[in-house]
Amino acid sequence: MDKMAWMPSNALIPERDLQKLPILDIRHLGIDFGGLTAVDDFNLTIGRTEIAGLIGPNGAGKTTVFNLLTNVYAPTRGSILLDGRSTAGKKTYQLNKMGIARTFQNIRLFKALTVEENVQIGLHNAMRYSVGDSILRLPAYWKQEKQAHEQALELLSIFDMRDMASWKAGSLPYGAQRRLEIVRALATQPGILLLDEPAAGMNPSETAELMDNIRKIRDTFQIAIMLIEHDMNLVMGICEGIAVLNYGSIIAKGTPQEIKQNPVVIEAYLGKKGGAQA
Amino acid sequence: MNHTYKKIPMPIRYLINTALIALLLYAGNAVISSGITNRAQSSLVLQVGIYIILAVSLNIVTGYLGQLPLGHAGFMAVGAYTCGIFWKSAAGSALPAPAAIVIGLVLAGIMAAIFGVIIGVPALRLKGDYLAIITLGFGEIIRILIINLSGITGGTPGLMNIPKRSSFLVVYLAVAISCIAIHMVMKSRHGRAILSIRENEIAAESCGIHITYYKVFAFALSAFFAGIAGGLYAGYQGLLTPSGFDFMTSINILVMVVLGGMGSMAGSVIAATVLTSLPLALQSLNTFRMVIYSVLLVIIMIFKPSGLMGTYDFSLSHLLEKLLNIRQPRENSPAQTADKKAGKRNG
Repeated sequence: MDKMAWMPSNALIPERDLQKLPILDIRHLGIDFGGLTAVDDFNLTIGRTEIAGLIGPNGAGKTTVFNLLTNVYAPTRGSILLDGRSTAGKKTYQLNKMGIARTFQNIRLFKALTVEENVQIGLHNAMRYSVGDSILRLPAYWKQEKQAHEQALELLSIFDMRDMASWKAGSLPYGAQRRLEIVRALATQPGILLLDEPAAGMNPSETAELMDNIRKIRDTFQIAIMLIEHDMNLVMGICEGIAVLNYGSIIAKGTPQEIKQNPVVIEAYLGKKGGAQA
Repeated sequence: MNHTYKKIPMPIRYLINTALIALLLYAGNAVISSGITNRAQSSLVLQVGIYIILAVSLNIVTGYLGQLPLGHAGFMAVGAYTCGIFWKSAAGSALPAPAAIVIGLVLAGIMAAIFGVIIGVPALRLKGDYLAIITLGFGEIIRILIINLSGITGGTPGLMNIPKRSSFLVVYLAVAISCIAIHMVMKSRHGRAILSIRENEIAAESCGIHITYYKVFAFALSAFFAGIAGGLYAGYQGLLTPSGFDFMTSINILVMVVLGGMGSMAGSVIAATVLTSLPLALQSLNTFRMVIYSVLLVIIMIFKPSGLMGTYDFSLSHLLEKLLNIRQPRENSPAQTADKKAGKRNG
């Protein structure tokens, strides 16, 4: 695909990313579970350094969209271009190598392993040494393990978690577990990071800190971030583009300002004016 | 104020461990050749060694990968017959004994690993009890095959006159090399990938870990060392019968792993040693022997359900480091305590 010839069909993209190939280009995405259509005609483009939000009432299909993007579910319809390459038929781990990383709504850490090991598992594909290298402890092993160790500590220090490197992941406080999941996802060196309710269960000051950190991650790594979140302060505070999902379809797209004033969105969240009476 | 925690650097750690391994080898050899031990005792030592390899290798799949296969004796059988047949046919040739031993054992491992891949690819699509049943089935298939391929394997009467090549030295070295190799793999990116599958498959896959590959890899690695143990068994018995590789053998090995603590290599080694020597140690009790053995298992499982060692692994270097630091004033900056905790798990 010619980068310059690309025209955003359903733009949500901040201006600085307009001239570049979008990191994610989703067209007419849909999935049916039996007779139930969970997601339908989902169109979205995300710029290379954009922070995008996906919001909607409970059961709207937000997490399903994430599962479709990482091919946990195979889409029934539509196409996804990740960095210009189709993701159709790829396995989840291959998509991770192609540049998509995610966190989970219900935290999925490697609980019995240490914090550092968790991050090093994220760095798995950044290391290249073979089984033979590890059995014989050849130089390739030492060099790459040392690098991974340093890299892991460096990534942990984004969230001030360096001191916790040798803790068991399962023993971390809740907020730190959420942060560790982000660090682990970052370790896989993605082009886009999908965060599924990163602020769930956090108190307001933790959420504020998380917002700063999400921005910091975007600025340092120059990657795109797409997040699902119910905390409107966070979404409105950091997202540059927001898509609103209801009953599996996008009902609105735009900047935080536009979304806040969109009557369709207000209706989806609060119900129709006067509709509940009578 | 900043007291740093004294650490033993890497090359010295390896030297200490190598020295210890050599010392144990020398001591063991001296004891056995001095004639203090009787026949039963010296053959017990070999049995213990063989069961250590079996337990440690099964621990890869049960403890580290978190799956429950019940066909470990099948892989052992493949290795045993491969090695037995090779040693038998090599006995008349000009091949020097040490070379024959090494080639035989490696061949046994490779054959078993091939079977591990063949069985692993379909079996590892399943989980939990389904995997247990399918591997149980495969284990039996291997045993039945051995009975029926009597032209090669000697059938039910068995494969006889295998040269008895499993001396103390051979078994000891095989145990040491197996344990070290497994340890080295587990403390690498490949080992961490295996652990991550045990911990959370979905998260592992989204971290870019090729789940199927590492499942089959762990299975094959486990089978490889089971095959080597089988080869040693062939050279220890001098006679192989299919009935020696039945379902109960698989269960015995599994009991060792569970008792020692799934995911702890030291646990597997200790449990294999204790459980293999118990019957002999309790021999004077005669009829009550198996009762005591079983009661002991029940008691351990009640009071220590995670096994003797849990997932804790013993490390000599860290013990020494602790001794080195014992005189230091206790100052617990978070980083420092964190360092100590890290020490426990690595190396």
